Amino acid sequence: MVLLTRKIEFAASHLYHNPNLSAEENRRIFGKCNNPHGHGHNYTLEVTVAGEPDPVTGMVLDLKELKEILEREVMQRMDHRHLNYEVPELAGQIPTCENIARVIWQLLEPKITQGKLHRVRLYESPDLFADCYRNGAGPAGKP
Amino acid sequence: MSSALKIELGRRYRFSASHRLHTAHLSEEENCRVFGKCNNPHGHGHNYVVEVGMSGDVDPATGMLANLADLDAFVERRVLEEFDHKSLNEDVPVFRGKVPTTENLCIEIFQRLKTFPRAKLERIRVEETGNNSFEYTGDHPEGNRT
Repeated sequence: MVLLTRKIEFAASHLYHNPNLSAEENRRIFGKCNNPHGHGHNYTLEVTVAGEPDPVTGMVLDLKELKEILEREVMQRMDHRHLNYEVPELAGQIPTCENIARVIWQLLEPKITQGKLHRVRLYESPDLFADCYRNGAGPAGKP
Repeated sequence: MSSALKIELGRRYRFSASHRLHTAHLSEEENCRVFGKCNNPHGHGHNYVVEVGMSGDVDPATGMLANLADLDAFVERRVLEEFDHKSLNEDVPVFRGKVPTTENLCIEIFQRLKTFPRAKLERIRVEETGNNSFEYTGDHPEGNRT
């Protein structure tokens, strides 16, 4: 099996607020991420697909096709958007790295028909990221 | 569908420390041969990067696997306060009897962080430099001592 990873970047704004909690609790739990006017990040997304290289083309999947899927499913939905208000898939969820990574997985998995989606890694900053796997697939070397 | 998905949180921290690779089990000459310039008696230092990987359920109320403020405070107390601007050989008791290679450092950091109460520690990856990194996922007997 070979793992292929493609990286894209998008910029978006968000804020963390749970309407079921008091203003005080929101501030305590979410800290400065609770600022009502929101804030933003340059997100980096790494999408990893697993598969066997096709004997004719030598490719796990056509990178052009993956690029188009990422453009359609992620860039058009999330780039230069407010994640709380403009992305229906995130409605009702706190747009944390964990939740955005899961939503991106759910958007991409059915679209990837050559190879199998192995990992979605979303960086909110160089020091914070979330990984999403199909349960049981696990990180490389740890089934 | 989402219940079949596994989420992991990755967080990176930094500390600077000195170390010297040397073992009393080898002669001076052998130490020099095995550890090369890392055996310099006065030690040397690195800017270490520690990547902590946690898994667990995402709390629907917060969208979080672990509150970052809690994780940061835990790592600060258990690792950064004790390692940053220290000599690993002299200031970290476990390395008085063990060579402070980055392999051993991974295991020691895993040991120190595995009791984080709100998520499961999956892995520790330590970058000694931009070109060298080591990763430990908890399967060594030393890393699982209680």
